[in-house]
Amino acid sequence: MCKAVVYVTLRESVLDPQGHAVQGSLHTLGFDEVKEVRIGKYMEVVLDTRDRKLAEERVRQMCEKLLANTVIEDYRFEIVEG
Amino acid sequence: MRVAVIVFPGSNADVDMFNAVEDIMGVSVDYVWHSTTDLSAYDVILLPGGFSYGDYLRTGAIARFSPVMEQVVKAAEAGKLVMGVCNGFQILLEAGLLPGAMLRNDSLKFRCKLVKLRVASNATPFTRDYAAGEVIEIPIAHGEGNYFCDEATLARLKANGQIVFRYEGENPNGSVDDIAGIVNEAGNVLGMMPHPERAVHEWMSSDDGKRIFTSILTTWRERNSATTHA
Repeated sequence: MCKAVVYVTLRESVLDPQGHAVQGSLHTLGFDEVKEVRIGKYMEVVLDTRDRKLAEERVRQMCEKLLANTVIEDYRFEIVEG
Repeated sequence: MRVAVIVFPGSNADVDMFNAVEDIMGVSVDYVWHSTTDLSAYDVILLPGGFSYGDYLRTGAIARFSPVMEQVVKAAEAGKLVMGVCNGFQILLEAGLLPGAMLRNDSLKFRCKLVKLRVASNATPFTRDYAAGEVIEIPIAHGEGNYFCDEATLARLKANGQIVFRYEGENPNGSVDDIAGIVNEAGNVLGMMPHPERAVHEWMSSDDGKRIFTSILTTWRERNSATTHA
């Protein structure tokens, strides 16, 4: 078994309304040093394979096809077990 | 003429869409479940609003891989008229039938109100019964209608006359260039956030959405008579 941890975030060029709202709230709480908040998604995908190379290729395809929308999002992932 | 209203798990404007087709177009219309793998009997395909698959992952992201979507792509490629409203628009974007993507409203609010739209193009099969530049009122109801595309795509949309509706006055969601609706390059696929099916009788506060349905009907009649005489 392999586990992939996948991070999906809005591209730098895309405004993040949620992150902006959280940033405002952190400022209200006195965390004045907060310069920016970007909100993304964290996913764990467990794969029934021991072949890390294959797992990497498959997860990349999953990201391109479904897990991320590359018009607005970037993704990165690591294979952490197996 | 037969119209399909595609129903996904979580669609909720399907009944409004069905009723609008019946009331305004007076043609045969069916609810078509998302697992259907044959749309050949239908001339016009409508994707209604709602929260397909609970908006999980991204709006429209999972619905886009429903079995019926392969057929919707085929229908679009064959030149049939395809219209997606609200969640239907989001699904068309995820499916790549229209360019761009949807972000959360910049206000972070779910906006549900009657809004003013300017008809940016009446040179489409869906808007021929409007006057170019006309301002109409159609309701919106969405939390993620903040249309986004990169500058190159926006330039293409403008150059090809693909921007069909723009918000007039206040932009309720922060969309690029005040975009409320676009068509594909061929002009036979329309996606729009406002709900024309909810503005087809005066008692609905506006009947400005009616002419989308009459435009579709006129286009189909024209095409059909051309085929018959060919």
